[in-house]
Amino acid sequence: MELLYASCVGVLVTCGVYLILRARTFPVVLGLTMLSYAVNLFLFSAGRLTINKAAVLGTGTDYADPLPQALVLTAIVIGFAMTAFVVILAIRGRADLGNDHVDGHLGKAEHKEHK
Amino acid sequence: MTLLWIPLLSLIGSVISSCTGKLTRNQSTSLTMLTPLCALAIAIYHTPAVLAGETIRFTTQWIPALGMELAFRLDGLSLLFIFMILGIGLLVIFYTRYYLSNNDSMPKLYCYLMLFMTAMLGIVMSNNVIQLWLFWELTSISSFLLISFWWHKSEARKGARMALAVTGAGGLALLGGLLLLGDIVGSYDLDVILASKTLIQSHDLYEVALVLVLLGAFTKSAQFPFHFWLPHAMAAPTPVSAYLHSATMVKAGIFLLARFYPALAGTDIWFILVAMTGLTTLLVGAYIALFKHDLKGLLAYSTISHLGLITLLLGLDTELATVAAIFHIINHATFKASLFMATGILDHETGTRDMRKLNGMWRFMPYTATLAMVAAAAMAGVPLLNGFLSKEMFFAETLHQQILGSMSWLIPVLATLAAAFSVAYSARFIHDVFFNGDPINLPKTPHEPPRYMRVPIEILVVLCLLVGMFPSFVVDGILSAASLAVLGEAAPQFKLSIWHGFNLPLLMSAMAVVGGVFIYIQRKHLFKFQASLPPLNAKKTFERFLYVIIKWSQAKISSTENGSLQRYIVVMLGVVLLCAGWPLFEMNALAGSAPRTPIDFHNAIGAGLMIIGAISTVIWHRSRVVSLLMISIVGLMVSVAFTRFSAPDLALTQLTVEVVTVILLMLALFFLPQRTPKESSSLRILRDLGIASAVGVVIASICYALLTRPLESISDFFIANAKTGGGGTNVVNVILVDFRGFDTLGEITVLGIAALGIYKVLTNLPLFMPASDSEGRPWARERHPLLLASISQSLLPLALLVSAYIFLRGHNLPGGGFIAGLVTAIAFILQYMAHGSIWISERFDVNYRKIIASGIAIAMLTGLGSWAFGRPFLTTWFEYFDVPFIGKVELASAIVFDLGVYMTVVGATLMILASLGKLTADTPKKEVNI
Repeated sequence: MELLYASCVGVLVTCGVYLILRARTFPVVLGLTMLSYAVNLFLFSAGRLTINKAAVLGTGTDYADPLPQALVLTAIVIGFAMTAFVVILAIRGRADLGNDHVDGHLGKAEHKEHK
Repeated sequence: MTLLWIPLLSLIGSVISSCTGKLTRNQSTSLTMLTPLCALAIAIYHTPAVLAGETIRFTTQWIPALGMELAFRLDGLSLLFIFMILGIGLLVIFYTRYYLSNNDSMPKLYCYLMLFMTAMLGIVMSNNVIQLWLFWELTSISSFLLISFWWHKSEARKGARMALAVTGAGGLALLGGLLLLGDIVGSYDLDVILASKTLIQSHDLYEVALVLVLLGAFTKSAQFPFHFWLPHAMAAPTPVSAYLHSATMVKAGIFLLARFYPALAGTDIWFILVAMTGLTTLLVGAYIALFKHDLKGLLAYSTISHLGLITLLLGLDTELATVAAIFHIINHATFKASLFMATGILDHETGTRDMRKLNGMWRFMPYTATLAMVAAAAMAGVPLLNGFLSKEMFFAETLHQQILGSMSWLIPVLATLAAAFSVAYSARFIHDVFFNGDPINLPKTPHEPPRYMRVPIEILVVLCLLVGMFPSFVVDGILSAASLAVLGEAAPQFKLSIWHGFNLPLLMSAMAVVGGVFIYIQRKHLFKFQASLPPLNAKKTFERFLYVIIKWSQAKISSTENGSLQRYIVVMLGVVLLCAGWPLFEMNALAGSAPRTPIDFHNAIGAGLMIIGAISTVIWHRSRVVSLLMISIVGLMVSVAFTRFSAPDLALTQLTVEVVTVILLMLALFFLPQRTPKESSSLRILRDLGIASAVGVVIASICYALLTRPLESISDFFIANAKTGGGGTNVVNVILVDFRGFDTLGEITVLGIAALGIYKVLTNLPLFMPASDSEGRPWARERHPLLLASISQSLLPLALLVSAYIFLRGHNLPGGGFIAGLVTAIAFILQYMAHGSIWISERFDVNYRKIIASGIAIAMLTGLGSWAFGRPFLTTWFEYFDVPFIGKVELASAIVFDLGVYMTVVGATLMILASLGKLTADTPKKEVNI
């Protein structure tokens, strides 16, 4: 199970990194989203994998580690805020520059695309 | 305590003077002079004790965590400088009132002057070397402001920048030197450093520290080869020059040499470095001064030359030379300040400072001329004036040194030569300006200045005469006290008198006077010779030097930072690979000893879906809608994984965030192209795949290594105390709202900031409304489908009920403010989608910014509330109550905190989506409130 979990994290990281290396904003946003999934899973794994041991007192004798869960919970929400901010920046960049290239140069090539 | 008031009063004066803009010039001047007068009174109050050889100290806590103290001292040397700084400062303030025209802001100049005065007082009174350095830097900055006072003139700006660059660089060197000294001695306390002469001088790093400290002193005192900034600083208003270049700024470097004399001097390297620098500066300054046609230029180079003289004296290995140096500090300050002020009057009343035009001024302003001539005679070293006495002592000491071995005789010869030049340029100052025919093309008809403009000069000239005629009576006390501070026990007995009999120094003086007059008479030939030399423009050279440095660094920057974000990310990932991957190779085995869990069928399917989703996102990433769908599979599988591995709170959060994210990205695609063009070359794709796989492999390996090692967690504490300390059974929620509530507070603040940032970015967005998608298909005409509209309305109360339920049970069962907030937000987003933002704003007009603000405020106040009960910030309070018909009910302050979290999440999420969604509405008739 551990091997499978680690491989999933690895695949998500690989896909995320590949996407953030793209030149257009939208794939980069997707890459960041993917990378935050991977990071959350990775952080969560610091508490190891436990099945049916939710950290709710009174439901059993032995519980999953609640600390990484608490950290990941806020990380998910913050991750959302970050994704939202980046995607809005991308929209603003597109509107101001006329293209959606990450480097933010004023482009002419696609200026007429959406008239 | 009274010691602290000396710099403090001056600082207060700086504030006061800056507020006098509405007052008359006289009122402004008197108010500004008030605080230095008080400071002077304090200094005078301490004078008897200091003259008796005492050192007064004052220390108070400043930054206890760093062991830094605010430490001041008052010994003879400090007192001498305080008198000069405050005394000449007061005269300069008074003089400025008459000098400055109505177009210039007097309060501004006063404010800068007082700030500078504060910095100088701080330097001479500091008893801690780091504190000394801070004041040192403050003089660099405030002198920059003063020199660039006429900022509209290019030469003022350039001069100020040059002074700041040179003295600032010297300041950095000084810091290095002081840190080294502190390190050698083990304390930054000046008393300790000054008492550790043998320890410092036997240390291996003594030479390094010495050179660094000397660099600081030499740049500040304009010693050769750093002298070039001083003439350019003459672009400042003349009162500023009079202050900076007679008694203060340049003397700070001299002060530093004298201050550290007990700890650093006495070695061969000190004598060679200090004496040779001083001698060169003395000669170069005196020679160039003769050729300057600008009066202030002449005075600038003469200042450089006199500073060289003082430095040379400090570098001669006799005690009396040091006494002579201190004596000359006083004398130079008095005659040079008065000469600068006289120049200011000439400039003011004639409109020029060019000596080729200024001639025969005696007829127009005989009184000012007399004053200036006395001061210039003091500069030349004419008997009965103060300059004569210190020059005489200087000549005597040059005869008693052996620093150049058998070539030591060169020093008195060169000193006499420099003195001759000094006589020559003084003669030029007197003869060229006040006699020598008629003035040529003056912009104004010259006349005597206002009566009171001369008062400061009169005071200084009287001082020159008094010191010159009754030296032992006027300066003996302070000179002995200052020498004691510099030389300690070794301070020699000396007798100041005008007449020492016919001896070698007197002969040298006489030779210098005769030689100087001869040089002046023969100046035509010298001027011709000088004109035939290739011109050397220090400013141009300095600027070329700066230009080369800037060009070089720009080239370096543009070669590393070419503006390509993709490249930066590649570099960063490379560093990540190196830092994270390298330690893996040093591990013996990746797998640890913890028992493995077997793979079951469900997990395998989930993992498979996740991997397929991720890879499909990459494969179809150029078709953006498809890739968005694919990535949502990944998100869904992540939440399933959380459910599977005992994290119900995470699963709920992930699920709700997933919904919001996908909606947001869908909305974003309305404004962005739907397809990504094919741009990357195959080689680029291969490179990126390589990097991505390498990072993935490294992270997966670390993750695997982590998972297969036994767990040692601090969580047992949380599990044991969740119920008893936090009053909840859902440990994750208790951690969020109680144990680590401060983190959560920070996180909702970040969320709020992000939402506000988004709001700001989207305001005034140049709107472009795509009528169709990128393939030319028009968007659906039916904006708000009826079916969705009716279902969503009936769903709203239900969704709100669910979120209330999730919120309330959060403390004990999976749920809580984050999740409930997201559920509420989704319910409202559905309304936006079904009806549009105008419809919503007509019925539900809420300002989301206020919701965010109140959410954070509630959370914050809950935390502060525990202070009222004498508990630390964010301590949870809870109690159980028996409510009829319902049973035992728990009330906890944590739920109020969670309410703050809830409101922030709702506000932020809705604000983000509604801000964006609003843009898609057809030009709204009225402003939609968000």
